[in-house]
This record gives sequence, C-alpha cells and structure tokens, in this order.
Amino acid sequence: MIDHKDLPPADEPVAAFSWSLELEPFRVDMLRFASVQLNDPHLAEDAVQEAMIGAMKNAHAFAGKAALKTWIFAILRHKIADILRKRQRLVTASSLQGSDEDEEDLDGLFDARGHWNPDDRPSHWGDPEQSARQQQFWQVFEVCLNHLPPNQSRAFMMREYLGLDSGEICTELGLSLSNLHVLLHRSRLRLQKCLELKWFQPNQPREEYHA
Amino acid sequence: MKNCHEITRLVSQGQERRLSLGERLQLRLHLLMCRGCANFEKNTRKLHRLMQAFARGQNEKTPGDDLK
Repeated sequence: MIDHKDLPPADEPVAAFSWSLELEPFRVDMLRFASVQLNDPHLAEDAVQEAMIGAMKNAHAFAGKAALKTWIFAILRHKIADILRKRQRLVTASSLQGSDEDEEDLDGLFDARGHWNPDDRPSHWGDPEQSARQQQFWQVFEVCLNHLPPNQSRAFMMREYLGLDSGEICTELGLSLSNLHVLLHRSRLRLQKCLELKWFQPNQPREEYHA
Repeated sequence: MKNCHEITRLVSQGQERRLSLGERLQLRLHLLMCRGCANFEKNTRKLHRLMQAFARGQNEKTPGDDLK
C-alpha cells in the first residue's frame, strides 16, 4: 500500500495528475454506488466527477489516516446527499415502491403460516471476525450487496453504509417510515440468505454459488 | 402470537427504533423457543458489524481487528 502521507500538495499540476491516478481504481465502484443511490447514470457520472475534483482540490486535507477509498467515498457521500436534496422529491414514494419484484421470492422463505421453511431457517454463523480476515469473504459480501434489488440497496446502503438516520433517508427518498422499514427488513432477509448460501452454510460447496 | 415472518420484522425494526416493552417481551419469548429466529437476530447484529467494518474500508486493510 502506498503511503499517502508522502503525496505532494495538489496545487501543482503534476501532483494533481498523480492524485487522479491514485483515485482511478475506485472509479468503477464509485460509479456503481452513485448509480444505485441516485437512480440516474448521468447524475451518477457527474457526482463521481465532482467527488474526484473535490478530492484533488482538498488533497491537503487527506491526513493519510483513513484508507483512501474510505476518504473518497466520504466525499462522494456528501455529493450524493447534496444532489438528492437539490432535486427534492422528484423520486417520489410511488416510484420507489413496487418496482422491486421480490415479494414472492422472500415469502418463499416462510410457509403459509409464516414459519421458516426448513431449508431457509437461518443457521449459526459463528464468529464474523474469522470471516472478516479473509479477502474472499469480502468479495462474497460485495456480490451479495450488489444483488439486492435497487430500492432495497438504496435504502440499506444509506442506512448501514452512509450511516444516515431513518428520518434523513425518508426525506431523501420520499418514503414513509413504514415503507423504509419494509425495505430494510427485506434487504436484511435477502442479504442474510445470500451470505448463508455463498459463505456461511457449512455443507455447501462454495464454488457452486459464484454469481 | 407472532409468527417467524413477523418476528423477523420486529428484529429488523429493533435496529431502527427502540421497541416497546410489549414488543421486546414478545421477541424474547419467541427467540427462546425458535432457533431459526434466534439465529436471524444474532446474524442481523453481525451483519450490522460487518457493514461497519466494510464502510471503514476494513476489506482494504487488515480485516477483523475492529470487529472485536
């Protein structure tokens, strides 16, 4: 890993160029994340571009303490929040509901009386620390996050990744609190199921579940 | 009595707001009797911790240290 403390100030053109090379590897991830959050590829492109420029302007503020990816995503997070606030409620509650066609899918976890189907009953995960030490686990983790339906992903990532509180998310997405709770509940069920299938379920060969 | 589907909804909401005393009692009672929901409740908290580690870029550096 490069020691970012050694980076020169970005007011010199050469330094700015070297910064843009440093940030380039994160562009794809940033673009994907911004696209899901904003539900608009052009706005997402703009947000990522602005975050990159913002990062280069403020290179001196990067203390080298946080991972570079965490830092650039923090800047992107603010850009996204700005854009969401500016466009107010163009994404209305009605456009957020109903387009994720996953209801049947999740009902399939439970029987008609609302009890777990035997195959879908959650299992004991053991110690997540052990998984967290393995690079392969984080690859699976990202695959599962990326497989959430867009509405669930947007809500879940705002809550658990961007760390926004329920009120902020409801305002930004034009959702009622109970709608938000439904999305978060479904995304937790779905993510856990995905992680069980691809990682935690002991008797399944992992190779079969590559997405 | 709430069924498992409804209990998972309560577990998820427990991450978002403070559950009422009645809800917490219902939840506790069900979790004592139901292995599946008890695992779901534990895994929900583990998932939250994993997300925090993920947001800190834990997957980028020495993973696991912050989960203790």
